[in-house]
Amino acid sequence: MKLGRIQGKVWATVKDPKLNNCTLYILQPVDEDENPIGMAQVAVDTVSSREGDLVYWVGGAEATFPFPDRQIPSDVTIVGLVDRLDLRKQ
Amino acid sequence: MILCKVIGSIVSTIKHDSYRNKKIMLVRPISPDGKFKSGTMVAIDTVRAGEGDTVLVMSEGRSTMDILELKNREPLRSIIVGVVDRIDTISSQLKK
Repeated sequence: MKLGRIQGKVWATVKDPKLNNCTLYILQPVDEDENPIGMAQVAVDTVSSREGDLVYWVGGAEATFPFPDRQIPSDVTIVGLVDRLDLRKQ
Repeated sequence: MILCKVIGSIVSTIKHDSYRNKKIMLVRPISPDGKFKSGTMVAIDTVRAGEGDTVLVMSEGRSTMDILELKNREPLRSIIVGVVDRIDTISSQLKK
């Protein structure tokens, strides 16, 4: 799992039916100081996040598991909203 | 598994159900001699690791499922599985 900042929304009318009712966001993976890590990704949202939110997301096969009754064709899925980061001062 | 240092924790109210009642930590990969590397990760804690601890982090869903004894597949991947007391490497012995 990693941190990410939601940068925008993706609208796609024609998509796999399993992705119906899923919100797609542009997600930039970031580190604890908000420095970007790698390329921005398109992520499926499961926690009603909004643009600008700091979130954590899961990648790989686990990204298909958030719904118990169905598997979604996703490899980046947002699974939590960050309220606060408690960082150790270095 | 990779070596990481715990750099903080995350407070989160709205999250997937599989993260409920779990400690969500922020870990950053380090090299064996303790230098920070890039790629900060979010990891579930099972060994009561604290901030500043060097830890072993596993990033694999199936193993996480086994450790947490989950029956269903859940969107959990990275997990802290051990607190490192000491690392002995050839280069650290050469320095002595």
